[in-house]
Amino acid sequence: MATAAVTPTRMVLNQLKGRLKTATRGHKLLKDKRDELMRQFMDIVRRNRELRSRVEQGLTEAFAAMTVAGAIMSPEMLGQALLYPRQKVQLGLSYENIMSVDVPVFDFKTEEVDAGDIYPYGFAQTSGELDDALAKLFQVFSDMLELAQVEKSMQLLAQEIEKTRRRVNALEYVMIPEMQENIKYITMKLEENDLSTKVRLMKVKDMVLEQAHDFHY
Amino acid sequence: MLKIAVLGSRETVMGFKALGLEVFPVEGADEARAEFKKLTHSRDEYAIIYIEEDLSLELRHEIDKLKDLPTPAVILIPGPGGSLGLGQSALNAAVERAVGSAI
Repeated sequence: MATAAVTPTRMVLNQLKGRLKTATRGHKLLKDKRDELMRQFMDIVRRNRELRSRVEQGLTEAFAAMTVAGAIMSPEMLGQALLYPRQKVQLGLSYENIMSVDVPVFDFKTEEVDAGDIYPYGFAQTSGELDDALAKLFQVFSDMLELAQVEKSMQLLAQEIEKTRRRVNALEYVMIPEMQENIKYITMKLEENDLSTKVRLMKVKDMVLEQAHDFHY
Repeated sequence: MLKIAVLGSRETVMGFKALGLEVFPVEGADEARAEFKKLTHSRDEYAIIYIEEDLSLELRHEIDKLKDLPTPAVILIPGPGGSLGLGQSALNAAVERAVGSAI
């Protein structure tokens, strides 16, 4: 690997050892983070599936009822009936922190909260099917809001998981092996240097002895 | 206070108006795109944008760009013709992104 880049000195070796320690600890932490995120994510996905099928079914029913209402009433009448909404939806937004991911939490208030009084028109000129359609729509609406919250949380968590997964993989398969490789290289190089110094010293000693005493093995 | 927008064909959004949401009836992809841009430019005003599935096909790029932002939440809803399964596939896409492979 990229062994050519490192200088085989004791200082670099110590630095590398420190970095390896940090990387290993970071890897463990990130892995734990990923696992916990995944667990939360799975819960959210399950909830999302449930809500989505409920919302889709509810909306399909509401639209069907609306179509019937549209067939019975004239388009002008229908438009007029729905022109001025009785209630107004106010949406509050706060954030919840799931594993350092800020996910939105919506809460909604309707002005004019009177369950029986969602119809913005008099009953005289409209058909019963329209009432039916609006009632269904109103029912499915709280699920729709929760769906929005859950789906956004899911997207944000997915992004965070992807990021964490990449970091874990980069540490596990690139950074840590590379550092280990470098440490091994430096250790070997240092040992080699030691050995050659020792051999050189022995040789010098021999030569010195030879000169001093005319000594031979 | 924040608002909720509904973007879709006239038949789709009509009912939501009675619920007190802000509705934007659009016809065709170009009009939808223009309206969507307007909605997202005033970013903090609309926290949730419900958009009809068949329009979302044309706006896929714009919608994907908003995926990583905390707001607005862009949620697909089925039109009067019934569900196209796009909402479900968005869910699967998120799972795939998190897991790294389709499950």
